[in-house]
Amino acid sequence: MNTTPRRESLIAGAIALVLLVIMPSLNAWAPQDSLFYVSNFTINVWGKYLAYGILAISVDLLWGFTGLLSLGQALFFSLGGYMIGMHLMLMIGKLGQYKSDLPDFLVFLGHTYLPAFWAPFSSFLFAALMIFLLPMLLAKVFGYLAFRSRIKGVYFSILTQALTYGASLMFFRNDMLMGGNNGFTDFKFLLGNDVRSAATQRSLYIVTGIALLAVYFGCRWLTRTKFGLVQRAIRDSETRVLFSGYSAANYKLFVFVVAAGIAALGGALYVPQVGIINPSEMTPDKSLEAVVWVAVGGRGTLFGPVLGAVVINALKSWATRAIPDMWLILLGSMFLFVVLFLPEGLISIPARIRAFRDRRKKVSPATASAPVPNAPVS
Amino acid sequence: MKLINKSAQALLALTSMAFTHTASAADTVKVGVLHSLSGTMAISETSLRDVLLYTFDEINAKGGVMGKKIEPVVVDGASNWPLFAEKAKQLLEKDKAAVVFGCWTSVSRKSVLPVFEKNNGLLFYPVQYEGEEESKNVFYTAEAVNQQATPAVDYMLDKKKEKYYLLGSDYVYPQTTNLVLLEYLLSKGVPIENIGGGFKKDSSGKIISAGKYTPFGHTDYQQIVAEIKQFSAGGKACVINTLNGDTNVPFFKEYAAAGLTAESCPVVSFSISEDEFRALPAKQLVGQLGCWTYFQSIKSDANKAFVSSFQKWLKETKVDGVKKEGRVTCSPMVLSYDGVYLWKAAVEKAGSFDVDKVRVALQSGLSFDGPGGKVTTQKNMHLTKNVFIGETKADGQFKILKEYKDVFGQPWLKGTFKAK
Repeated sequence: MNTTPRRESLIAGAIALVLLVIMPSLNAWAPQDSLFYVSNFTINVWGKYLAYGILAISVDLLWGFTGLLSLGQALFFSLGGYMIGMHLMLMIGKLGQYKSDLPDFLVFLGHTYLPAFWAPFSSFLFAALMIFLLPMLLAKVFGYLAFRSRIKGVYFSILTQALTYGASLMFFRNDMLMGGNNGFTDFKFLLGNDVRSAATQRSLYIVTGIALLAVYFGCRWLTRTKFGLVQRAIRDSETRVLFSGYSAANYKLFVFVVAAGIAALGGALYVPQVGIINPSEMTPDKSLEAVVWVAVGGRGTLFGPVLGAVVINALKSWATRAIPDMWLILLGSMFLFVVLFLPEGLISIPARIRAFRDRRKKVSPATASAPVPNAPVS
Repeated sequence: MKLINKSAQALLALTSMAFTHTASAADTVKVGVLHSLSGTMAISETSLRDVLLYTFDEINAKGGVMGKKIEPVVVDGASNWPLFAEKAKQLLEKDKAAVVFGCWTSVSRKSVLPVFEKNNGLLFYPVQYEGEEESKNVFYTAEAVNQQATPAVDYMLDKKKEKYYLLGSDYVYPQTTNLVLLEYLLSKGVPIENIGGGFKKDSSGKIISAGKYTPFGHTDYQQIVAEIKQFSAGGKACVINTLNGDTNVPFFKEYAAAGLTAESCPVVSFSISEDEFRALPAKQLVGQLGCWTYFQSIKSDANKAFVSSFQKWLKETKVDGVKKEGRVTCSPMVLSYDGVYLWKAAVEKAGSFDVDKVRVALQSGLSFDGPGGKVTTQKNMHLTKNVFIGETKADGQFKILKEYKDVFGQPWLKGTFKAK
């Protein structure tokens, strides 16, 4: 984008102020009947959008900056969610349907004791660690095998899609002892707070906002270092990078693992806010949805994907209530519009308006302009 | 052309939405409809949306509920479980819906349950389910396991069947149903070696899963059908089928191909109703059995009136997205219909839309003469109703073979049947 870094920081700062300070304050302190009151519902859905924003950044880091179209980011997102979900399930205690110490679905399946791999998740710290460790380890193993074998382009996309599909089938099985089709739900406590209370939801919302901000600036920094240059060089011509003596595979692996960690963080913040995680969250179409957000927002811009995630999901929330029979058509036509008329995404709208204005300024006083010399070859 | 038309309509709806937002007046009561109108569950759940809108129109035409017209708030859960929770929150917190009718899958119900409990809302849930749940914020018009699975087994026992093969999709409803059936069959003196499909035991030797399970979307039933063929070789065998949705197609194809018939080894299915036959080849299932608390073929005046007036409504309605041709009625639809009338009766008895008061009225044993016969509410928020066993005909309807009157809905069945 053409905006200067300073201006971009300013815009991001202003948005952060509105989302992180003003909205929660209005939720907490404005009287319920006043015009300025932000409802618990609004805070809750925005928390969800921001968590999706984190997922969108992870897709952009791979696709927009490194040219790796991963169709499996929802897997890492869900794994992060499952890890915090396991902790939340153990925190329900005896308040479940069966009044047992075991999570409901285990009692349901006739288990009388907690499986060994569940036990450490009663510690929040362990769960928090696993949120990053497990998805990143999986990404490391998968990425190592894929990049070592020089799997690229569409083959990489297909493989990541297969990975997430395979995982969803596994998690659907009740034998896996991860809740099967119903997944985890009915959470009660997080760090001793009632997870469903307005105050906890507000805190989760703020934490999600801060995490999004940190991820955004972290990725912005990373993509502007020398590392980021190599990243983009890989995107534009991997062979040339190889012949210049860089190990493209290692760079790609690093980005893939980082992106997995980011997606997992998003998932872990998402689950306590929506109150359910089940295997349909890791089916390939969820990953595709995230790719669509990035494309609609504007890939390779970090900010655009967040915009895309928020706009599309806010639109979806509104339309499934306002026009329940038409919302798919509405969203579909929006995607078509963006692909046809705004190939650089929603984020390019201001630049386009500026360009349009500049063109009119230039054209109107002078006579029709001659063909521009040295026009970039597309 | 149709797409352009649709988009134009969408645009129109959008603009009108902006202006009519404040139209809700004091003489209406908001009622939520929370079903999937898109995604994998849409094929089943859209029918419930239709029957609910029909019921609201019928009630509104007769003056509404306590003088207030029902104002339906339809939302699309889109077969997306977190979205179900979001929509439930929206209906309760934003729209302040007095009651919500909705959900089909267990996972959607589990997803919205905490929302209803936190906001003290009221959900009417109309689809056969596994039980093992009793929330004060859900009224289960749904069939409990003892209103579908155990009567079906009773029928088979009457028919002198001695061997039972349990087959289902791998999720909570089949798993639970089969565990209950295992206990039930053992309590009826069926020896464990006559129960097919296999068992899974935990380390202490306790059975934690009974029957054969296949994932959603499974298509290869060759091996399983071969196993059933071997199992049924001595005769007097039957299959208890809790397979879900479209996996029934390859299963029944394979079943017929292996030479198994309704005579040699009948299959009784719990997830195939008249509405599912719109997507399944009914011909391959002729003679096989189903068990529900309602069939369209019930020959009562109440049912005939219901079916014909629903068909008439379908023809006349201007609601977008309602399919008008080839429509049938089925058990979940009738249980949705009954649910609305029971809620109306409860509100009128309580003299209030307040959930706590309505609940007390619901728990006091209200009755309604629905298309499937008399239904009565119970203290445990379930429904006493009639259970029917039917035989599939080529036109996708059922021939009713047996009726069990006034079966009490029991959500907690696991561990209640003791082996002799």
